[in-house]
Amino acid sequence: MARAVSTRRKIGFTVAAWVVALLIFFPILYTIITSFKSETEAIAGFSLVPSGTLESYAEVQAQSNYFKFFLNSVIIAVGSTILALVVAVPAAWSMAFSPTKRTKDILMWMLSTKMMPAVAVLVPIYLIFRDANLLDTRIGLTVMLMLINLPIVVWMLYTYFREIPGEILEAARMDGATLWGEIVYVLTPMAVPGIASTMLLNIILAWNEAFWTIRLTTTNAAPLTAFIASFSSPQGLFWAKLSAASTLAIAPILIMGWFSQRQLVRGLTFGAVK
Amino acid sequence: MATRQTSTLARFMMAPSVILLFIWMIVPLAMTLWFSFQNYNLLNPGNVSFAGLFNYKFFYTDPAFFQSIWNTLVLVVGVLLITVVGGVALALLLDQPMFGQGIVRILVISPFFVMPPVAALVWKNMIMHPGYGVFADIAKFFGAQPVDWFAQYPLFSIIIIVAWQWLPFATLILLTALQSLDGEQKEAAEMDGAGFVSRFIYLTIPHISRAVTVVILIQTIFLLGVYAEILVTTNGGPGYASTNLPFLIYRTALLGYDVGGASAGGIIAVILANIVAFFLMRAVGKNLDK
Repeated sequence: MARAVSTRRKIGFTVAAWVVALLIFFPILYTIITSFKSETEAIAGFSLVPSGTLESYAEVQAQSNYFKFFLNSVIIAVGSTILALVVAVPAAWSMAFSPTKRTKDILMWMLSTKMMPAVAVLVPIYLIFRDANLLDTRIGLTVMLMLINLPIVVWMLYTYFREIPGEILEAARMDGATLWGEIVYVLTPMAVPGIASTMLLNIILAWNEAFWTIRLTTTNAAPLTAFIASFSSPQGLFWAKLSAASTLAIAPILIMGWFSQRQLVRGLTFGAVK
Repeated sequence: MATRQTSTLARFMMAPSVILLFIWMIVPLAMTLWFSFQNYNLLNPGNVSFAGLFNYKFFYTDPAFFQSIWNTLVLVVGVLLITVVGGVALALLLDQPMFGQGIVRILVISPFFVMPPVAALVWKNMIMHPGYGVFADIAKFFGAQPVDWFAQYPLFSIIIIVAWQWLPFATLILLTALQSLDGEQKEAAEMDGAGFVSRFIYLTIPHISRAVTVVILIQTIFLLGVYAEILVTTNGGPGYASTNLPFLIYRTALLGYDVGGASAGGIIAVILANIVAFFLMRAVGKNLDK
């Protein structure tokens, strides 16, 4: 803004914004703090100063083999994202660079598949998975999440690819580039950032998906969502342990999320808000 | 590149996505529709027969059905009200000049990245627990009786949790929209003596109205399917007080083993979602033409 802002106003806004932001962040902050408390400390009343013990973390790993769930989450989230990209990149590519009259219809139809409520197909999916022996397998869940996120992946890639100017291709062609040369030397370098942000957002969405991951797994393939949900059964007050498990479950994705804020808007609004 | 060659190639490149999504959309939905007209219970799988509209009638006459539809609506509308009003206010605040704006943004957006079971359990145990939660600590500090949130206000408690998860989403999108507002327009309005209120009404609201529409539509799609938050907090209770339609279908299907009944519920959920989807598609489709 050209207009100078008075420092006093700026300080006022700063204080207000920080208070609100900290209030919103508080449940996460308190979870992290509680994870460094002992169980007796955790229920001893409100305190923002933990003793700093790591016993809850050790216990979570020892009792429930936390690392196995973590590994499942990684395999399923990353696996489904890579699968989706493999299928979606060519599709988005062709829609962005050689659109036809039907391209828009196809895109809208893909979006419409995302509108189907998961619970409406719970029964058939469950039965198919049961009969195909896919219940509680990583491969089954990976394919499932790939299908769920495929429309978002196609859409995000499409909005990114569409911004690559066509003139560049023409210029390359004039210089005698082959189709292969175009793809490798011209388009790929320009497409990589879009593909990377799509990947990031999709991993976040897959990591946090909490309907199919809970319903289609029991033990072997259960990711962190299912692991955390198992804490809901009343088994006493193990809040420090719950906090430690929660902190471990959200930390990697929280950090990835901070880096993908901008892409989040574009991806989740299907390009409607940029 | 020859045009014909390109368009054949384009079709070939698109085929895997289209075929996969087509199967994913058609097969389970057709099965749900088929099951919804059958008497089919997993406890008695050898005895499947045509049921006509019985399953729909069964769902329709179940008192839990109307309560769950009502709860679904209350949940969706409640969360939308909180997140849209709160989101506009927060976005306006974050759009102001301040120190440490980057960190404030990160703090505000964070709840969106917390997986639903974690969000629900953290709120249930550490914030809203009647004995040891932070709210109870605050109440005790003021000498008041702590509230047993999930027993007394089960649906409201879930609304609070879900709103906390979605407020960052609304804020982020509305902030993005606000930041694309032309600074010169704002200045011109200020020079003409327009105060904050009239600038907000005549400049800001029209500018962000499309973003608000998008926020409402996308959130509605997700809010119609809220599941994990209910599963780990109230499990739908007490009674059916916090059971929404997805949760009722889940109960019928996996706890009652009633495939037919659950499928009828599923079809009702599809119809509900389609009404919303119709409007969302129009909002997004408009953008494609630009």
